[in-house]
Amino acid sequence: MTIYLPIAEIPVAIFTIFAMGLAVGFISGMFGVGGGFLMTPLLIFTGVPAAVAVASVSAHMAASSFSGALSYLRKGLIDLPLAGFLLAGGLAGTAAGVGTFALMRALGQVDLVIGISYVLLLTGVGALMLVESLRFILRAWGGTPPAVRRPGTHGWFLRLPLKVRFRRSRIYVSVIPIVVIGLGIGFLGALLGVGGGFLLVPALIYLLRVPTQMSVGTSLVLTLVTMTAATILHAAFNGTVDAVLALILMVGGTLGAQFGARAGQRLKAEYLRLLLALLVLAVGLRVGFDLVRPPADPFAITQQGR
Amino acid sequence: MAARALRCLIFAALAVLGLSGGARAERLVLSVSQPEVLITSNFTGADLVLFGVVEERTPGEGAYDFAVTVRGPQETFVTWRKSRVLGIYVNTDSRTFVDCPAVLAVATNRPADQIAEPAVLRREQIGLSRNIFLQRVGSDFADVVPDDPFRLAFLRIKASDGLYVEEPQGVTLLSPSVFRTSFHIPASAPVGLYEVSVKLFRNGQMLTEAHTAVTVRKDGYGQDLAAFSEAHGWLYGFSVALGALLVGFCANILLRRD
Repeated sequence: MTIYLPIAEIPVAIFTIFAMGLAVGFISGMFGVGGGFLMTPLLIFTGVPAAVAVASVSAHMAASSFSGALSYLRKGLIDLPLAGFLLAGGLAGTAAGVGTFALMRALGQVDLVIGISYVLLLTGVGALMLVESLRFILRAWGGTPPAVRRPGTHGWFLRLPLKVRFRRSRIYVSVIPIVVIGLGIGFLGALLGVGGGFLLVPALIYLLRVPTQMSVGTSLVLTLVTMTAATILHAAFNGTVDAVLALILMVGGTLGAQFGARAGQRLKAEYLRLLLALLVLAVGLRVGFDLVRPPADPFAITQQGR
Repeated sequence: MAARALRCLIFAALAVLGLSGGARAERLVLSVSQPEVLITSNFTGADLVLFGVVEERTPGEGAYDFAVTVRGPQETFVTWRKSRVLGIYVNTDSRTFVDCPAVLAVATNRPADQIAEPAVLRREQIGLSRNIFLQRVGSDFADVVPDDPFRLAFLRIKASDGLYVEEPQGVTLLSPSVFRTSFHIPASAPVGLYEVSVKLFRNGQMLTEAHTAVTVRKDGYGQDLAAFSEAHGWLYGFSVALGALLVGFCANILLRRD
């Protein structure tokens, strides 16, 4: 069964899109990542124009992260003050990212820059997370009780001035690194057209030592706010938000996110980290493979103004 | 040289004779099955049938030949070529094809090269390979040689997407002066005006041509949605964002187990 998308101006198989929303929603709820780094390439592969895919996915991520955030809020797994400081940096970073994107577009080769950034970022972050979680799991198997707060893990940047106590996360750190993390995530997110959850969750876990579950819940709040803003801005300035496409994705995505959130809460934190590491690494390698592999057709057509 | 000059003179004389007999020249009458195609939510493409009749037939040797060309709305495309730089494949070269039809369908009653000389076919743009595609080269605009790799790749990709079609036997002759042909508007075709032009040939010369058009437009809630999005971008954005939050909230409440 196909449905015609009024803004994208193409027909799509409704159940394929629904299943994609379901699958990405599950992953999104489980790890607290927006899922944009999976959903957008999948939609483009289905034939949706890239601009419409990016814009409609942001609406989908707003719905899916709101549903997930509510679940975490009810369980007390969201650190609202922490989310507030992250958002302050995040929104400024988003604006800077959009500006840089426009600049690179004017210079040409924006696709290449995005491709290489994706590969470096995803494989780098993925590899770091993989090594860390494997070491943790191996140590647990070896009988050594894993230290909750390992010695020497408090970075110098956490001892900067303007220290604030975040009770929920049980950390007492300077707000400077938090705003800087938000800034960086917002910048990269806008530049690469992703929500940034897959970067924020490991950043919170490894740099700020926020508990895994709390990182996921707090990251969902950031995704929710930035993606809601992105939906409105894309609709107002580019006219590329396809409400029909977004609705199909949302229904599938929110359903999937509910199951994902439950599965995530049942899993042990270190295995959750291992799985996320493998996923991020796999997507990074996949994008890298596409850059290195000789293309099936060296030619491609793009339409101007879309 | 002399023989060639003579031939030119004879052709010119014939042309003048042809013009003077203009009152009695052939005329084409066309009828398309559906002047308007509406895109609704379950649109999967449309098949249209075109009928045509030759009126005011002049006596003469040779059968009529018909060449039907459907051109969709004009859009500007960029054809990119990837090549290997430092081990990775990047877009290194591109050509901009200016105002090309988004959909191009060509049908003839027999292969075009049997209908007329290549020069005539090129002038009348009969067939995909002889259609003019303007390229922007620096500040200049020009079509290039037919075997230009970018032009070939452009045609090949458009054909594999089902947007450019050529059918050498696509026109059926119901009688020597009545024809029927059908063409498909694919589901991914853009909205706009689709121009249908029919050219009539006999003995390798074009006698006349006729035009008609088909309008493709959105209808139903899709049309309302697209119009709203265009006219009130901010309001549309806020509505979609609010709807998104509502869907997320409902899903959370409905699926909550604890």
